[in-house]
Amino acid sequence: MRGRGTGEGGRVMRASVAIAALFVFVFALPVPLPASPFPQDTSAGKAVYQKWCAGCHGDNGAGDGPGAKHMIPPPRDFTGAIYQIRSTPSGQLPTDADLLRSIDEGLFGTAMPGWKTRLSDRQRRDVLAYIKTFSSFFADTTQRPQPIAYGSAPGGGGGAEALKVGRQFYDSIGCRKCHGDQGRGDGPSAPTLKDDAGHPIFAANLHENWRFNGGGTVEDIYHRLRTGLDGTPMPSFSDLLEQKFLTDEQLWRVAQYVRSLSPQEPPVVRDVVHVPLAKRLPHSPDDSAWTAVDVYWFPLVGQIIHKERWFAPAVTGVWVKAVHTADSIALRVTWDDRSASPDTSWLPFIGRVLNTLDSDDSTREQPAPWPDQLAVQFPVTIPSGMERPYFLMGSAGAPVYQWRWSSSSRTAAVAGLARGIDRFDPLGAAAGIPTQAVYDHGQWRVVFTRALASADTASQLPFRSGRAIPVAFFAWDGSNGEHGTRMAISTWYFLALDEPVPARVFISPVLAMVLTLGLGMLVVWRAQQKTSYRKGRQ
Amino acid sequence: MTGRIFNVVGAMFLLTVCSKGSQSNAAPAAPPPAPAAASDLAAAGGTITGKIKFTGTAPRNPAIDMSEEAACKAKYTTTPTEENVVAGPANALANVFVYVKSGLPAGQTFPAPATPVVLDQNGCRYHPHILGVMVGQNLEIKNSDPVLHNIKAIAKKNRPFNVSQPNAGMTKTVTFSQPEVMVNLECNVHGWMHAYAGVRSDPFFAVSQQDGSFTISGLPPGTYTIEAWHEKFGTQTATVTIAGTESKTANFTFAAH
Ligand code: HEC
Ligand code: HEC
Repeated sequence: MRGRGTGEGGRVMRASVAIAALFVFVFALPVPLPASPFPQDTSAGKAVYQKWCAGCHGDNGAGDGPGAKHMIPPPRDFTGAIYQIRSTPSGQLPTDADLLRSIDEGLFGTAMPGWKTRLSDRQRRDVLAYIKTFSSFFADTTQRPQPIAYGSAPGGGGGAEALKVGRQFYDSIGCRKCHGDQGRGDGPSAPTLKDDAGHPIFAANLHENWRFNGGGTVEDIYHRLRTGLDGTPMPSFSDLLEQKFLTDEQLWRVAQYVRSLSPQEPPVVRDVVHVPLAKRLPHSPDDSAWTAVDVYWFPLVGQIIHKERWFAPAVTGVWVKAVHTADSIALRVTWDDRSASPDTSWLPFIGRVLNTLDSDDSTREQPAPWPDQLAVQFPVTIPSGMERPYFLMGSAGAPVYQWRWSSSSRTAAVAGLARGIDRFDPLGAAAGIPTQAVYDHGQWRVVFTRALASADTASQLPFRSGRAIPVAFFAWDGSNGEHGTRMAISTWYFLALDEPVPARVFISPVLAMVLTLGLGMLVVWRAQQKTSYRKGRQ
Repeated sequence: MTGRIFNVVGAMFLLTVCSKGSQSNAAPAAPPPAPAAASDLAAAGGTITGKIKFTGTAPRNPAIDMSEEAACKAKYTTTPTEENVVAGPANALANVFVYVKSGLPAGQTFPAPATPVVLDQNGCRYHPHILGVMVGQNLEIKNSDPVLHNIKAIAKKNRPFNVSQPNAGMTKTVTFSQPEVMVNLECNVHGWMHAYAGVRSDPFFAVSQQDGSFTISGLPPGTYTIEAWHEKFGTQTATVTIAGTESKTANFTFAAH
């Protein structure tokens, strides 16, 4: 499960596509003209704030800008001066350096972008000073922040012995209660977690350190363990050291263990999946034959083009492996999901998710025990040139061929033709795709198998070697309220049976996707601007 | 949304006004009255007693599923429940925080007692569930369970915190710097664990007993607004005038809804 190496043409997925897309969305909204709460304050920081931050954080810093109801976690409410990323003990204010870091780098894995390249040093410092004026705590001289004096990581952190110690304390001090046995955010307390304002919050998936809000290095992790993330359920563990229940070295070991769960480098996207020829088809997800096969990572983002749009997808990406024999293909898709839905213990969580986000529909849907789903999509036939059907489930005139798997019937996926996002015509039981699925500590692993040839070449793509076969993925996390158009989507990638096709033949799909999403949203926004936005301001 | 913005604007405006006000009050060097020891006050002042009841049917306290925490579960012989509404005989209402909301002479200060208030985590529940503590007084939070608890304080006027106690025998001492009714305390590992702390800058508060009774003593003469706070039923107020060392009654009746 490691994204090893950096394939040529790969792009580091630091700031996810979703963030870029959301950004476009938020700034497409007109900036409202408020009555200023600080008529005397004409400082430069305020101007920067109004232009760049208020769309999310709100004119008054209360975290309620026009974009706020389109993201989880929601933007910070600055009026309480409760900050997650600090160098100070739990409960204290952050230092200016702490705030500047969040502003410079953003909070990874959230909608909060980094501003280092967009704003000048001066502007970032000005806006920092301005956001502090939203809370009286910063003016209170008894509240001076005092950074913790951190030591540095003890050596030998990557070694087996060190990791064993780390794992031991991970278990004994109870990280697993929230983060789960394997660290995928699926602990027994996970469905009950909320932030201070009652919004739903996931315990971080510790296998995705590139999405840790405060950074993914051992030092970052250790600092978060000392300070906690105020405003969230993630507590500080400093008292363990002060009261001598744990040594500093042991806490570092926990941080090192947590770090070891994620790949060495954040996964890079390689567009073309090389599908090697094998003697035998591995049908089971845990067949040892899979270990020798290269793995590919494809990021997923919220479906925000068609109504009902979805801004809070839970599945962040899929890991794909594929092999074929002389006559069949096996595709293994692995993704992290905090629950094997349907799971009724997550119903209140779904309710909170739906309440936190603005719905496109006037009637808000009631939470229901929806299953987890995954769809694999191909064109109906291998395209000869650059032409490909619309990536988002085809269109009425140009359908796409899909395999739809659901956790409520795990042994077969339904094959069918999608003609747009809300029309799926199953092809009948004979066309069904056998699957084998495993749910294991916050992770689904599903193997799809099919003959290379197909009986009905007009609708069921025949797989052939030598030509790049477009493929796309869609995922739904039922326990996050996802079904129908509320899903996570990818753009087109490619399968290449036998030999990989050089990546540069194709336009970057990620770039294409950003463009598509951006354009799509402009259209949606235009259509909605008059109705929904005005409604919101009444 | 607009409404919310106005609230915030309003609050900020008030804050500005208030802080200006207190500054100009503080500037003239009228020395505050010498603080009297709480015990002297109790001996000297008046007393307010009362009974708290509710009408209607109390909602059932949800049962707690402790199957994830064997060590806590073992501390009970019957299934433990939450303590959202603790009713005594004849519709008496326990766990109501009663305090003097206003009426004390401006500028009078009261020393915080040296003895701490203790909040125990035992059997994966908080003991007590409702407590009062003075500004500056130690609140000692201890873990009697061999399991991880985190203690998160959600507050507006005071700084929040979120600390963890993975081991039995751990303690954490905190103080609050501003009066606030109430500061919410919760454990996120065990979503059912909630406690509420009423933080006051004076010692005139009480938590109603199982029979619904409460006593606030040592009040100097004056006319007071007394507020009774219940976590599910909201708040009620009463006005009571104390002259000398008399005892007055203030009963409250909440409606169960
Ligand atoms: C696209 C929406 C968006 C924009 C624009 C935005 N933010 Fe944020 N910001 C967020 C979100 C969402 C969070 C909360 C993330 C979380 O809770 O993990 C956040 C959190 C923060 C935090 C809190 C960090 C912490 O330690 O808790 C700061 C500081 C901040 N933003 C500053 C700014 C500034 C300054 C600007 C403008 C230059 C800005 N933000 C613009 C979405 C945004
Ligand atoms: C009560 C539940 C809870 C416990 C116990 C807990 N965590 Fe967390 N943790 C969370 C939540 C919730 C988040 C996500 C916060 C957010 O998204 O802003 C989190 C986030 C994190 C992060 C990511 C930090 C970042 O910068 O975003 C790390 C690393 C982490 N936890 C490690 C641990 C370790 C190690 C332990 C045990 C020592 C632990 N946690 C115990 C709930 C918990």
